[in-house]
Amino acid sequence: MIAAENLVKAFNTRKGNPVRAVDGVSFQVPEGKFFTLLGPSGCGKTTTLRMIAGLERPEDGEIFINGDEVFSSKKDVFVPPYLRDIGMVFQSYAIWPHMTVFENVAFPLTVGKRKCGKKELKERVNKALAIVQMDGLHDRPAPHLSGGQQQRLALARALVCEPKVLLLDEPLSNLDAKLREQMRIELRELQRTLQLTTIYVTHDQAEALSMSSIVAVMSQGRLIQVGKPREIYEDPANQFTADFIGTTNFISGKVVGDPAEDGARLVETPHGHLLCYVPDYMRDGAPVLISIRPQNVLISRDKTAEARNVFHGKLRVAVFLGEYVDCQVEVGNEILRAHMHSRLKIRRGEDVFVHLPRELCTVVPDEKVPESMGV
Amino acid sequence: MATGAQTNRIKWWFQRLRVPDLVDSRLWVMGAAILIVLYLAGVPLGMLFWGSLKVGNPAEASPLTLQNFVKAYSDPRSFTLLANSIIYAAGTCVFSLGLGTTMAFIIERTNTPLKSLFTAMALVPLIIPGVLHTISWILLLSPRIGALNNVLMSAFGLAEAPFDVYGMGGMIWVEGLHLSPLVFVLMAAAFRSMDPALEEAALTSGANHPITFWRVTFRLSLPASAAAMLLMFIRGLESFEVPALIGLRGGVNVFTSRIWLALKEFPPDYGLAAAFAVGLLMISVLGILIYNRVTSRSEQFATVTGKGYRPHIIDLGNWRYLTGLIFVLYFFFLVGLPLFILLWASLNPSYTAPGLDKIDRLTLENYTFVLNMARARTAFKNSLFLSITSGVLVMLVTAIISWITVKTKWPGRTALDVVTFLPITIPGIVLGVSLIWVYLILPIPIYGTVWILLLAYITRYMPYGIRTNSAAMVQIHRELEEASYASGGTWLQTFRRVTLPLLKPGLISGFIYIVVVSFRELSSSILLYSSRSIVLSILIFDLWDSGQFPIVSALSVMMIGILILIVVAARQVGGYFGVRTE
Repeated sequence: MIAAENLVKAFNTRKGNPVRAVDGVSFQVPEGKFFTLLGPSGCGKTTTLRMIAGLERPEDGEIFINGDEVFSSKKDVFVPPYLRDIGMVFQSYAIWPHMTVFENVAFPLTVGKRKCGKKELKERVNKALAIVQMDGLHDRPAPHLSGGQQQRLALARALVCEPKVLLLDEPLSNLDAKLREQMRIELRELQRTLQLTTIYVTHDQAEALSMSSIVAVMSQGRLIQVGKPREIYEDPANQFTADFIGTTNFISGKVVGDPAEDGARLVETPHGHLLCYVPDYMRDGAPVLISIRPQNVLISRDKTAEARNVFHGKLRVAVFLGEYVDCQVEVGNEILRAHMHSRLKIRRGEDVFVHLPRELCTVVPDEKVPESMGV
Repeated sequence: MATGAQTNRIKWWFQRLRVPDLVDSRLWVMGAAILIVLYLAGVPLGMLFWGSLKVGNPAEASPLTLQNFVKAYSDPRSFTLLANSIIYAAGTCVFSLGLGTTMAFIIERTNTPLKSLFTAMALVPLIIPGVLHTISWILLLSPRIGALNNVLMSAFGLAEAPFDVYGMGGMIWVEGLHLSPLVFVLMAAAFRSMDPALEEAALTSGANHPITFWRVTFRLSLPASAAAMLLMFIRGLESFEVPALIGLRGGVNVFTSRIWLALKEFPPDYGLAAAFAVGLLMISVLGILIYNRVTSRSEQFATVTGKGYRPHIIDLGNWRYLTGLIFVLYFFFLVGLPLFILLWASLNPSYTAPGLDKIDRLTLENYTFVLNMARARTAFKNSLFLSITSGVLVMLVTAIISWITVKTKWPGRTALDVVTFLPITIPGIVLGVSLIWVYLILPIPIYGTVWILLLAYITRYMPYGIRTNSAAMVQIHRELEEASYASGGTWLQTFRRVTLPLLKPGLISGFIYIVVVSFRELSSSILLYSSRSIVLSILIFDLWDSGQFPIVSALSVMMIGILILIVVAARQVGGYFGVRTE
């Protein structure tokens, strides 16, 4: 288990004023879970990982690995990286070019407290190389490896000590697309089999959604949503998450209340009223954004039986992509993106109706408009 | 009708003239550049080998003989000469490498206080000419007049001077200290370009800092260290100031000082000098060949990726004050003490060791003397002219050469690159000997004028020019030039208006470097100057020989002042043209 409490890390900028790269981050990774820190570059996710590894020293907070306190600002505890029970894979793989494949993997077993005898060393290195399917390449000099092989080698080196905790810093970002997809599956299977508590850092939402048990979305040094992949995708809690993960449409509006039959409330938008499931904590009158993904926007030529949540618009752009038609529909003075079924042959310029099903609309607070100002 | 025919005729001639191959001066310009390079690099070396096989005055006919080589290398003292040269070069190399690497590691990889200040100061010692560094250390460590010796003797009541600069140890100390900033620059770059993840991977694998340093950092920096080591060895071998000023007096002869002696005695033995020069050249060429092998192999070590890494900084805790102190001491010995002693000597009417009781003696009359000295003014004018002219010419010629070697697929372009780079293997004093041979024999009347010095400087610094220009030329995408051709530009127009402006940052930084090094050039000038073509470094060397320490010191302080002015001014101008001063 890994626990981080209120981690803070500041860096000095060139001009001398410190910037908080990580600003009060707390999370827990239960034993054997795959935890992903997801966010755009510069959001502080790598810094957070490096603090867990002990490569950066936080200004404030506490870190526990398997119940041991490895950092505490209050008690002035800082366990250096080489005494923490971790394995780490770096973005650049950090394969030592002056060693062979075998020497790279054997290194952790020849230093520090994990030293072991020659025979055991050989067995364990072979085992680690077999796990990542690299057997037979022992004596290859490390620079003579392909990208995928270097990635596997880095993983073997991280696993050879059988650590309880695996830390991965964008390990797949330097691979080509096809290899990346394959490694995604292999990595996840490996983590499941070995029951490793894993923290994975990435900016790639597909990686995060497909691999993780828990995803934590980071922005500007803070965790802004933590949840299962499905929750993060289907139920973003804020504008940033909705926008960063997948593609979405935002319609701004204001909650006007009038609770409907099933607990949905009305939201007033520039195009008319929409019936949505507004989270309970939002008061009537609160400025909100309604997020709906393009594949959930239904387009039809004729008015449907549905009376609610239907707007009238004009099809402006339709791009045939095979599996669907990527459309831009002008509603009022806004453009909504929608995926239309390929069989529907509506041409650009035609009038259409768009239906935004209430169960597929997510309401998030509009952070740009302070609540007191209203709409 | 007649006028019409005439117009046509003129038109025809006009078109003839514009035929690209003729007037689009591409071939002329390039041909001239190639000829210049071949002449500068090739002729002196050829003449040196030929001269080493002749006896007597160069201008006179003589049968070809191996007599010079027999005389030079059958002498039992020749073995001592070779051994001394190797010991001196190796000692210098080990000392400067150890010192420079330690300082580079402290600055690049630890949290030593005041690092940024030290980084900026690290370039200062590179400006100080070798001859000044050498004489300042004689003033400090000479057994008779050495200020440090005097201080220690009176402080501890010693009967004898504790240090004697006149010996192998003193030579290695002075030269090694002088070369250490260069090692610092090379190794700092190597430490900086190392992917810190390589070290962090060791830390997360359970290795503590000392083990990480030993098994990862140190091993990874081996190729860079090996390269720096060879470079320092060659520099030690080629160095002239320390062997001439310290070694000769202490009875430690090396190749460079022996060559000088052969030409200084009367009558000068040009053939013998050439034979020694050939020997030195061979060792130097061998060193460069090994150096090239080492550096080309180190490129396979894909640690240097050119990425701007944020290096892994080791927290030294309270030990960082110790490393800070080490750095202060280093600068004290490297810059502080030498400058202080020169300044002190320059303010005294006659040389005495520093002391508080003598402060009222201090005077500026040495400076007035220097300012009124006709030779000093001639020397200053010559130095300025030579350094700026050679800077401009080297950068222009090598720009054209680098265009040929980088942008064309001409056969022989690699050979051209090698020839331009060849003079890097020629020690200054060897080049001096070669040029004497060339211009005593060829009917070109430049012997004893500034022009022969100019040729020497251009030849010596061509390799630096080609290196800077090629590196910058590779960065220029072919299409930038092709766009100019497509817009109707000729080759010369394109080169002048597209290529050269794009090269400007490289051109200027190369120019600054060449100006500084030619301003302080000594080892080839010493064989080529006359009273009319004297330069500042020679004047200092000469005055020192005649024992006028206070005057020498005043001149030295002024020379350092001028050099600092040049560098500061060049940085300002360079900044304007977008040069990154590293």
